[in-house]
Amino acid sequence: MTDATELRRRTQELLAAHPPATTERLDFLRARFDAGLAWVHYPEGLGGLGVPRSLQAVVDAELEAAGAPDNDPRRIGIGLGMAAPTILGFGTEEQKRLYLRPLWTGEEVWCQLFSEPGAGSDLAALGTRAVREGDEWVVNGQKVWTSSAHIARWAILIARTDPDVPKHRGITYFICDMTDPGVEVRPLRQITGEAEFNEVFLTDVRIPDSRRLGDIGDGWRVAQTTLNNERVAIGGMRLPREGGMIGPVSKTWRERPELRTHDLHQRLLKLWVEAEVARLTGERLRQQLVAGQPGPEGAGMKLAFARLNQEISGLEVELLGEDGLSYDDWTMRRPELVDFTGRDAGYRYLRSKGNSIEGGTSEVLLNIVAERVLGLPAEPRTDKDVAWKDLAR
Amino acid sequence: MSTESPASTQPDLLYTEEEEALRAAVRDLLTDHCDAASVIVRTESDAPHDLELWKALSDGMGLAGLLVPEAQGGQGATHRETSVVLEELGRAVAPVPYLTSAVVATEALLACAADDLLAELASGRTIGALAVALNVAPGGAYKVVRHENGTLHGELTAIADAAVADVLLVPADDGGLYAVDASAATVTPQVSLDLTRPLAKVALDGAPGRLLGDAEAAVQRALRAGAGLLASEQLGLADWTLTETVRYLKERKQFNRPVGGFQALKHRLAQLWLEVANLRAAARNAAGALATGDDTDVAVAVAQAYAAPVAVHAAEEALQLHGGIGMTWEHPVHLYLKRAKADAIAYGTAGGHRESLAGLVDLPAPR
Repeated sequence: MTDATELRRRTQELLAAHPPATTERLDFLRARFDAGLAWVHYPEGLGGLGVPRSLQAVVDAELEAAGAPDNDPRRIGIGLGMAAPTILGFGTEEQKRLYLRPLWTGEEVWCQLFSEPGAGSDLAALGTRAVREGDEWVVNGQKVWTSSAHIARWAILIARTDPDVPKHRGITYFICDMTDPGVEVRPLRQITGEAEFNEVFLTDVRIPDSRRLGDIGDGWRVAQTTLNNERVAIGGMRLPREGGMIGPVSKTWRERPELRTHDLHQRLLKLWVEAEVARLTGERLRQQLVAGQPGPEGAGMKLAFARLNQEISGLEVELLGEDGLSYDDWTMRRPELVDFTGRDAGYRYLRSKGNSIEGGTSEVLLNIVAERVLGLPAEPRTDKDVAWKDLAR
Repeated sequence: MSTESPASTQPDLLYTEEEEALRAAVRDLLTDHCDAASVIVRTESDAPHDLELWKALSDGMGLAGLLVPEAQGGQGATHRETSVVLEELGRAVAPVPYLTSAVVATEALLACAADDLLAELASGRTIGALAVALNVAPGGAYKVVRHENGTLHGELTAIADAAVADVLLVPADDGGLYAVDASAATVTPQVSLDLTRPLAKVALDGAPGRLLGDAEAAVQRALRAGAGLLASEQLGLADWTLTETVRYLKERKQFNRPVGGFQALKHRLAQLWLEVANLRAAARNAAGALATGDDTDVAVAVAQAYAAPVAVHAAEEALQLHGGIGMTWEHPVHLYLKRAKADAIAYGTAGGHRESLAGLVDLPAPR
């Protein structure tokens, strides 16, 4: 039985064999993966030890204390949070062996080719086609809102392999090589001025059948694993008091008394309370997960997170008065990582507008809470028994 | 400031198995003895309080003494267990003086080391009421009576559950808190917005009182515990109204469909569910903080600043989404609305608690 003491011992062993001070960053990360200390809840041989996820904190604390390098998780969030659990759940042994190690060390960045111009909330209606030719699939279509596509080595991709059956049934899940000559990545400039996202055009991209994840036509079910993990990733963060968007505005309030008005004070206090309560709800969710009693609160966390980010950053711009009229920089750039609280208040305000759209719009999430948590009747479906090719578009 | 307190001191926000067992026992009792129809009938009777239910809760289950140490005749439990009882009493809008006697009056006595009276309240055979108006917040000003020639004189209003109290804990102008036998006072019921926690006027005309201790310390301790645990009662109210509304909307059909299938209503209920889930975390946090004494002022103020709007919103949505039936005297939703609205004033308003937070977390008002 591997307990906290044993994990500490193994971590110290890793540190002794590969002293962070004298070991190349990548070598250390590879050694950590091979020691099963990358993500302890993963199976042995795949970066883990098959022990409860809650024990990861033990390893992380030891490594942090020793000044060990990390895998810069913000840069590889899609790989860690979405691609990896899907590969683990549906990949062949060969696929797991091939992809998980460089994914975790950050040597290979992953992106997600899901949304399309014609398939946003109704993702299952996607139209990117994959047609089988021998041992390969030939893919044509357009994907959008693809973070990290410009630095990604691989993508998780869902495409339509059978247009003659209802939409959920004709989808297959692939791993797409982003260096294939048929993949064209174009920056998609956003309201913040930068291009954190991309559009990806797929023209006769050839994907070997060995890079299919799960069965042909089973892609929608495989994608559920990806999407569920996306929402857990957002709900699972542990924050100290004033840890999120409320931090910078509280700081400004304390440091710049000349900006204070009674109206702003009332609104700030209300949002401060809501942010603190949302933090406690997140903490409660985390405690439930650790105790092995996952609750439905996760579904709500992202809704609260989006609304609060928007309201708090909106208040912050107003509080700043004259400074709120400025913006730090509209220059078009292609950042490598997503940072909701980085840069100034104007950026935070504009970037937070995406929080209620990305990873499921707030409207769709409210439907999910109503139907899956409260058990209210599902929306009437007119598309369930209609072949994808006959859907209105 | 408290911002720097390490995350490891975060209270356990879940319910233990023992707490769940306690909840189940209280809920069973309330299901059998506190159905909505009889609560409605009782509100217009001579006895709006249900003293038989009180006896079952206190004498039968020992719940009136949860906050009292075993050495002083209580159960030696904490605010966590007490909060679970209050959640259930809130779910049933039970007309019993639990919050007022087993929490607020008991906390006042704990501050005074009045052991004999404490043991009597813990047994539930004596009901106590702190003679401070229900709307007074922790840290707020309250009315006192005159202490003259060894007796007490004056009139106090909006004293919750005073009509069934055996002993009144009365702050006087000499700074003392006095125990006054209810038979020595004139207690007149007031027509109250909240039918299930009625108020009364207390008139003292030369009533003898026994000095218990310093009023200010006792009152502040009592009000803070009352405010913090009220959040759990509000959670219970909100939880019941949401659950009942969801149940009804799955059943109720209009336009040949269950009304709960309309997206405009689904989104409102999902929103409400979010608020109730948030309130649960805030209320658990306040109960935990009261139990450990760690970060208590902030935890109580946060819970109270959040709880009242949620409980009122839940009750108002329940009424609206029930349609016409929700407007009838016969349907219990009005009991929840009245309790929720009164609770929004009890032990300080949400706005008042936000103002306290401004000082507690260093977000000062403009000069």
